Amino acid sequence: MAIDIQPDRAEAPGGRGPGAPRPARAWWLRPAIHTGIIGAVLGYFLGHWLGNYIASGYTQVVNSGQNDFAIILGYVLGTVGWLAGLGVFNDLGRQIAGRPVHAAEEAQAASSGLARYFRYSLDHKVVGIQYLVGMIGYFLTGGLLAMAIRTELLSPSYHVFSSATYTAIVGEHGTMMMMMMSSIILGPLGNYLVPLMIGSKRMAFPRIEALSFWLTPAAYIVLLSGLMFGGFPFGWTGYAPLSVQATQGADAYAVAFGLMGLSLILLGFNLIVTIICYRAPGMRWSRIPIFVWAIMTTSFLMVLAAPVLVGAMYMLITDRTVQTAFFTDSLGGSSYLWQNLFWFFGHPEVYILALPGFGIVCEILPVFCRKPLFGYRVAAAGMVGVTLLSFFVWQHHLFDSGINPDMRPVFMLTTELISIPTGFIFLVGLGTFWKAKIRFTVPMLFALGFYFNFLIGGISGVFLSDVPADTTEHGTFFVMAHFHYTIMGGLIFAFMGGLYYWLPKIMGIRLNQTLGKIQFWTMFVFFNSTFLPLFAVGMAGQPRRVYTYARSLETLNDWVSISSFLLGVSILIFLANFVYSTVITRVREEGNPWRSRGLEWQVASPPPPGNFARVPVVLSGPYEYGVPDAPPVADLDPPLGVLSNADASVVAEGAEA
Amino acid sequence: MAATEAAVSADAQRREPNHGLRIFLIWLPVALAADLIIWFVWGPHMPPGDMSSSASGQQFDINVMAVMAAPVMAFILIYAGYALVVWRHREGDEEDGPPIHGNTRIAATWIGVTAALVLGLFVFGTVQLVVPAGAGSGEGNTPIWKPSGGTPLQVQVIGQQWRWTYRYPQFGGFESTSLVLPVGENVQFNVTSLDVIHSFWAYQLGVKADANPGINNVAYTKPEHTGQVQVRCAELCGLWHADMTTLGQVVSTSAFKAWAASSRVQLAALTRNLPPYALTYDPNSVAQLGKAFRQAGLSGAGGQYYGSQYPVQP
Repeated sequence: MAIDIQPDRAEAPGGRGPGAPRPARAWWLRPAIHTGIIGAVLGYFLGHWLGNYIASGYTQVVNSGQNDFAIILGYVLGTVGWLAGLGVFNDLGRQIAGRPVHAAEEAQAASSGLARYFRYSLDHKVVGIQYLVGMIGYFLTGGLLAMAIRTELLSPSYHVFSSATYTAIVGEHGTMMMMMMSSIILGPLGNYLVPLMIGSKRMAFPRIEALSFWLTPAAYIVLLSGLMFGGFPFGWTGYAPLSVQATQGADAYAVAFGLMGLSLILLGFNLIVTIICYRAPGMRWSRIPIFVWAIMTTSFLMVLAAPVLVGAMYMLITDRTVQTAFFTDSLGGSSYLWQNLFWFFGHPEVYILALPGFGIVCEILPVFCRKPLFGYRVAAAGMVGVTLLSFFVWQHHLFDSGINPDMRPVFMLTTELISIPTGFIFLVGLGTFWKAKIRFTVPMLFALGFYFNFLIGGISGVFLSDVPADTTEHGTFFVMAHFHYTIMGGLIFAFMGGLYYWLPKIMGIRLNQTLGKIQFWTMFVFFNSTFLPLFAVGMAGQPRRVYTYARSLETLNDWVSISSFLLGVSILIFLANFVYSTVITRVREEGNPWRSRGLEWQVASPPPPGNFARVPVVLSGPYEYGVPDAPPVADLDPPLGVLSNADASVVAEGAEA
Repeated sequence: MAATEAAVSADAQRREPNHGLRIFLIWLPVALAADLIIWFVWGPHMPPGDMSSSASGQQFDINVMAVMAAPVMAFILIYAGYALVVWRHREGDEEDGPPIHGNTRIAATWIGVTAALVLGLFVFGTVQLVVPAGAGSGEGNTPIWKPSGGTPLQVQVIGQQWRWTYRYPQFGGFESTSLVLPVGENVQFNVTSLDVIHSFWAYQLGVKADANPGINNVAYTKPEHTGQVQVRCAELCGLWHADMTTLGQVVSTSAFKAWAASSRVQLAALTRNLPPYALTYDPNSVAQLGKAFRQAGLSGAGGQYYGSQYPVQP
């Protein structure tokens, strides 16, 4: 397998193609972000012209005066131009022309300096950081939109925004957070850490990995450009026929969501293959870190659920442009079809957001409890169980819709069943606390915050799974509070914990711990003070996505709005801490500050190019804290000949299984 | 420093207390108190109240689940709080914790308890859904769980951007902007839409049913007290989603009969021009009809309730 071949190739470079480095061209001639932008602009105008040329005579276009065809073609060709400008298709072209293609390892070794972060880089560590910066940028955009929503909701009668602007903001916020954030952990931490954690020098498909990232800025720009057309008035769920009748903002929604769906498929596919095929010798399924289990199960969710989304978006696009009628009841379509397709993706999607959080806290707990993870198999089984069940619960979003009403008990059952594997994660956490030596470091605080928030989020989910109770709660702020508890309180808290835990690894720089603690406490207090009252607001009868509400709820809403602004401040504290630690103080952190047994901590910080000088041989699991005579986690410099033997044993094990 | 070391060694020599028993003893009174407060103090005021059969059913469900959830939450929080206090890292202690990799008995117990809770909730939820005729939520066009005894009062709920209107087919099919219901009588809501998906939500009645274009979605309830009902739209339907509200009323049977009779007469001119009562209306023809109606100064199931500039931008 690839593992065995790599060291040879690393020691004897130029096994394929000419070994001599190519003469470097001037920077503005090499493909990077600026050529990408040129490509995007050219592509957009080409697409727009083509769309006008083809469709300007369509009755629909003539009647409505809006040509969705031109806009969508503009977006699509603009994206293609963006990718072409970045050089995504260069290697493909070379291969078609029969010219040599440089191997990913060489490209990885050749790239250095700040400029590589603005290029189509094949280095998984560069892509990880690109993802990290991108995701934080998207998250801040979504967060600002949330502040705008809360500003409007300060008063039921005085309006900051018109209802049109308000619904546009709600749609952008929801879509930004639900779709751009789906890879907030798999993109940065997954791409960066998985090879390090499983003892690999690279990802399986570096070009697909880079492509999955470079699709996200395109999706982001397309999504935001919807605001220039007046936004889209249907939230992130895009229920047809509202999304079919909406104005051009809906084109941005459909194309952006579709692009992000493609990105998710590529990202997940690459991670699955990497985890299955690129583990170091001795890295058995029983030894891979639990975070990698979470990444793996999430990747399966992405690969299986996102195609449904892309298909649905495609149908929506054809409904809007060439007058198909997938979602129009009177023409043989069905508005239920959209709800089914969307939620068939949409419910796995919320587990795409939750599972990586489980993985991070399960990774952090043993390190700071100084104890082995309690029930490693239980945790892995919990994640696999959630993955399987999450494909069988989607209709609980449609309890009141009148579709399959007789199936409601079944979906009530599957929805409630999913709380059993989710409960495993709590069992693992509580078991790990037992007689532990808990250290209250910043990552640990965030992990504890995750458990507190996810407990409330999970329990409120059980209330929603019960059809009679859901009849009151469906479509209200109760639901909104529920999924913010699981996603913001779960995923984002875990993400923050992961950043404080792994940024010393990624950057070789320690983040300020005092500021970190201040950030945690402001974030924790104001998160709860923002979203806990929203359960009451929802139960008291405030529907979601309203710009005006009952006067009696003004006090609660004001409380929530002010808390949410302070929650925003806590995110600013993180940014301040990041800038302060990385620009001003720069405290070097080269070793293993958390005394973690994880394989990623056994190499230098930041990891050298190629991660490992030689492919390591893994000797024991990553959580053997306190085990007397536990072998070191891996032999980083195995003697020659060990590799092939270890590989043989891995193959034999695989055959047994 | 020496003092801390001595304290640590003395701590180690002391017999390990029974942590499980301690946690249980803290948990038991807290869980009991929480449940009693939820059931007796909070429960009677729990939304959505008890104005109708379906509302009190939902209130009962929410209370039962709260009573089940409180001990679970209390256990996890008390356990975690106990752990954070008792098992926190002491200064100077550089040893790792005990190498416990798992415990099959505890894991099996945990799985057993959660599975029992979940299955119990499922059975409870199903009974609560089937017995009170669909618990007030939308049951599609062919409901299988119906209230017993006679034909219920038929009320057609028509959603359009952005207004609810109500047709009473048993009273000549007049269409009104106000929802009036008699107390103590079964009501069948036939919910449909003329344009996009709305969701009919009569908060105090505990009724929620999506209004889909071209589809009839049925929900049952039985108002048990007179009073006001807030009707809202619970599915984002575009620009004025938040303004899609009505204040409905549950009144005595005689008052309802009087209201229906007078409305029937009052709205007779409009009723003649409406499309004949049907469970669904074709949005395409409705739009055509709507234009004609608006020119004639009429409105209703013909669509286009509002002029283009209404409701005014606040």
